[in-house]
Amino acid sequence: MEPVIQIKDLNKSFGDNHVLRNFNMAINAGENLAILGKSGSGKSVLIKCIISLMEVDSGEMIVLGKDIQLLNSDELDSLRAEVGFLFQSNALYDSMTIRENLEFPLRRHWSKEERKKGADAAVKEALEDVGLSHTIDMMPAELSGGMRKRIALARALILKPKVIMYDEPTTGLDPITSREISNLMLSVQKKYKSAALIISHDLNCIKMTSNRVIMLIEGTRYAEDTYENLRKSEDPKIKEFFD
Amino acid sequence: MGTVKLLKQIDNAFFREVGEIAQFTARFFQTVTKPKQEWEEFVNQCFWVGYKTLTLVGITAFIMGLVLTIQSRPTLVEFGAESLLPSMVSVSLVREISPVITALICAGKIGSGMGAELGSMRVTEQIDAMEVSGTNPFKYLVVTRVLASTVMVPILSSVGIAIGLCGGYLGVNIRGHISWNLFWHQAFEALSFGDLIPSLIKTFFFGFAIGIIGCYKGYNSKKGTEGVGQSATTAVIVASLVVFVLDLIAVQVTDLLGLT
Repeated sequence: MEPVIQIKDLNKSFGDNHVLRNFNMAINAGENLAILGKSGSGKSVLIKCIISLMEVDSGEMIVLGKDIQLLNSDELDSLRAEVGFLFQSNALYDSMTIRENLEFPLRRHWSKEERKKGADAAVKEALEDVGLSHTIDMMPAELSGGMRKRIALARALILKPKVIMYDEPTTGLDPITSREISNLMLSVQKKYKSAALIISHDLNCIKMTSNRVIMLIEGTRYAEDTYENLRKSEDPKIKEFFD
Repeated sequence: MGTVKLLKQIDNAFFREVGEIAQFTARFFQTVTKPKQEWEEFVNQCFWVGYKTLTLVGITAFIMGLVLTIQSRPTLVEFGAESLLPSMVSVSLVREISPVITALICAGKIGSGMGAELGSMRVTEQIDAMEVSGTNPFKYLVVTRVLASTVMVPILSSVGIAIGLCGGYLGVNIRGHISWNLFWHQAFEALSFGDLIPSLIKTFFFGFAIGIIGCYKGYNSKKGTEGVGQSATTAVIVASLVVFVLDLIAVQVTDLLGLT
């Protein structure tokens, strides 16, 4: 089976700071791949390169069978409809209601008639998925951190993407809410049968959600295995994370 | 030696900024010509720029018209030219006072608003979120705002002229007496297309400059919340300065074309 995301020899640097060095990875359909690394190790840069929010220095990135560096802006926009993205800061539009936040991605990808007929149902379904139907007419500022994260996830889900990218999904949340978000990520994957790329340094979240983990150390793919196997590793650099 | 180095750095930063604003403007023209405009957001921005600034422009224009009349009266009385007050106020308001004052108010209110709003959207990744959702944030956020300020500043300036003249009418009637009809007759009689057209054209440029600079500063905001504050402040300063420079150019061009 062809991987949904394949990265080959990716390099990215900011001046003299080489953030990613010959990085390789692949995610298969329906799989949850986690990238574990220290703060500043290049995890967020990697995920932003994959969605083309940052340009890479060299390397190949195939997303859903398309080389994203060869796509024009219209093709890239169409591809982005199939890739959901959950930002670390949630990035909810704070001047819009929750309904408007969720409807926003539909503006570009659905026709006016489609939106008239189906937008309301799509918004309600996405909110039901994250258990926050009652917040539909509220503003983001009225919600707690955990609720905002769920709404951001609902917005990422509204176009029913084939791949979802999570950038530090549990950062800044208390342990109970973090667990709730991790469970939500699993239930979403079950319902939509989507693949996921999870960037995190929260071991509990990675343990709960991932099928496979890549350890990103100094911009390289240092190790790759299941969470349990990496946990048992005697390598001091890997052990450092789990101790 | 240190001073020379510092001046060089300031020079570099200045020219880099000018280049980046030019690039941003070129991107605006590239994007605005592409199909599928965000008309709904454009109307929303017109409302925000126009309606929400109208009170401020109106009050300022009224006071300017009133003050101008009261302060000019003694000099005109000295030369026995008191009857020229309505003409003088109308020409001053149309040619210079209303366009420049309206533009400065808009630079303060709209420029800083755009700088702060887009800046905060940039640092909280909302602009990235728009891009990821397949919406062109430049078209949705920048093009609509620049077009709205380009359209609304001339309208606000025209309303400012009308309200300023009402202030002038009150000013004339504080010490003397002139009928409503005679005041407006004299005010319009003194005006020609050579006064109105250049004034209207320059307000389009003022509005465009305010929109471009406010959006440029906000869209390229960096350094978290500190950067947002900086964007808002510098948007006002640069936009106000550009308004004066454009006004100077407009006066020279009008003069060269023999419209003064």
